[in-house]
Amino acid sequence: MATEIVLISLLKILVVVLTILTCVVFLVYIERRVSAFVQNRVGPNRTGPYGLLQTVADVVKLLMKEDIVPRNAYKAIHDLAPIISIGVALSTFAVIPIGDTIELFGRQIKLIIADVNVGILYILAITSLGVYGITLAGWSSNNKYSLLGGLRSSAQLISYELSMGLSIVGVLMVSGTLQLDKIVQHQTTYLFGWLPAWNMFLQPIGFITFVTAAFAETNRLPFDLPEAEPELVGGYHTEYTGLKFGLFFLAEYANMITASAVITTLFLGGWHLPYVEYVGLSSFILSLVYVGTFCVKVAAVMMFFIIIRWTLPRFRYDQLMNLGWKLMLPITIINVLLTGIVLLILH
Amino acid sequence: MGSNGKIIRKKDLNFWQRMYIPEIAKGLRLTITQMFKPKVTYQYPDEKFVPPPSFRGRPVLVEEQGVERCVACGLCSRVCPALAIEVQASETELEKERYPIKFEINMVRCIFCGFCEEVCPEEAIVMSNEYELVFTSQEEAIFGKEKLLTPIEKLRPRLEWLKNNR
Repeated sequence: MATEIVLISLLKILVVVLTILTCVVFLVYIERRVSAFVQNRVGPNRTGPYGLLQTVADVVKLLMKEDIVPRNAYKAIHDLAPIISIGVALSTFAVIPIGDTIELFGRQIKLIIADVNVGILYILAITSLGVYGITLAGWSSNNKYSLLGGLRSSAQLISYELSMGLSIVGVLMVSGTLQLDKIVQHQTTYLFGWLPAWNMFLQPIGFITFVTAAFAETNRLPFDLPEAEPELVGGYHTEYTGLKFGLFFLAEYANMITASAVITTLFLGGWHLPYVEYVGLSSFILSLVYVGTFCVKVAAVMMFFIIIRWTLPRFRYDQLMNLGWKLMLPITIINVLLTGIVLLILH
Repeated sequence: MGSNGKIIRKKDLNFWQRMYIPEIAKGLRLTITQMFKPKVTYQYPDEKFVPPPSFRGRPVLVEEQGVERCVACGLCSRVCPALAIEVQASETELEKERYPIKFEINMVRCIFCGFCEEVCPEEAIVMSNEYELVFTSQEEAIFGKEKLLTPIEKLRPRLEWLKNNR
């Protein structure tokens, strides 16, 4: 029995990690392509059909490059930083429910790697660890711009971690559990008999603040201060080459996928497709439909990430801090209070 | 900033603008509409840019009825600010009596200013519309007569343009 559980878990991990890595490859391609479209360009379209193999070519290029470590860098930490980054980025996905249970070979398999009962706390804890990768990379490179990038990153993450946590509190109060699977289950009901009870509709303020904080956590524009090409050259990864730079790159996009998955799970109803249970599909097909729904929702959120990048300019450092401490934090606290009052009246 | 250090705003943002979210929605709409606009990119090696006649490409010698118009006066060589042109004259049986036995333009030095074309009394050297210049060595960049001579038919648009605009 025990070996069976281990085997199934290992299989799930393998599938999820491989899927994420493949998704990153296509995500980079899609990002470059969409960016080009927004700027009335064509983007990469030469390598392979429609340029689909562009990222593969880039990865091969990165693998072939020389690995340079600056003379005065702290080598051990310089090597460790990208590993932390990528490890953190991939391990967050462990608690995210990809679908409902599926029946395979006469067994009920839950489509979640680890159904932890404190799933949300796990996500918050692990994503905060990600800052170590960036800060250590900046510090160990022994380059002032890299260091500045790393410091900015840690300041930004600390500021936005708070409002991120507080905006989730509203969701927790509504669904009454920390288990992500249960939170999704809670969102499969309907409000007034027709509106899907997604937390996006129950917690609109929480949704907006969480999405903003997620942008800050993933270091995406308009909050990409740690990288800030015009001011900091490349930020924390200036002194990285070859595969180690590739790992940072991978981690950044894996983080984006994870953030989209978390937003989907917490606010957009997870794997649930509204009204599909009335169609009367067999349970196996229904499970597949749910997995597909999850993927589509995550892809839509990622598309939003990409388009936002070309819509909003980068925040100045003081504006970032103002927004984080003077606006986001009070709003999330008020949101928690309001949710409490409403829940008190309803019960 | 005013003299007392206070920020003076001519026009304050209204309530909805300060809420920020509607403005982001507006921005998103603009970005998304841009995505579906026609592209401006030339697919370069497949689809080439054909410059208008006013374009100053590499300078060429006009070839009329099998011989160059050039009478080897050396004015272009004199006027060339980059000292890219070298002309050596010789005598010929033809009506023009003089012709360049050697005419070389060093394309690494050439700055495409068009002074040679402007100064030429015979309209014998003009700027073509060719812009693809690739060399693998310094020697290769020195274009002799065989590369510079271009039949007049190819240069009609430029000569026409010169007639109207000079």
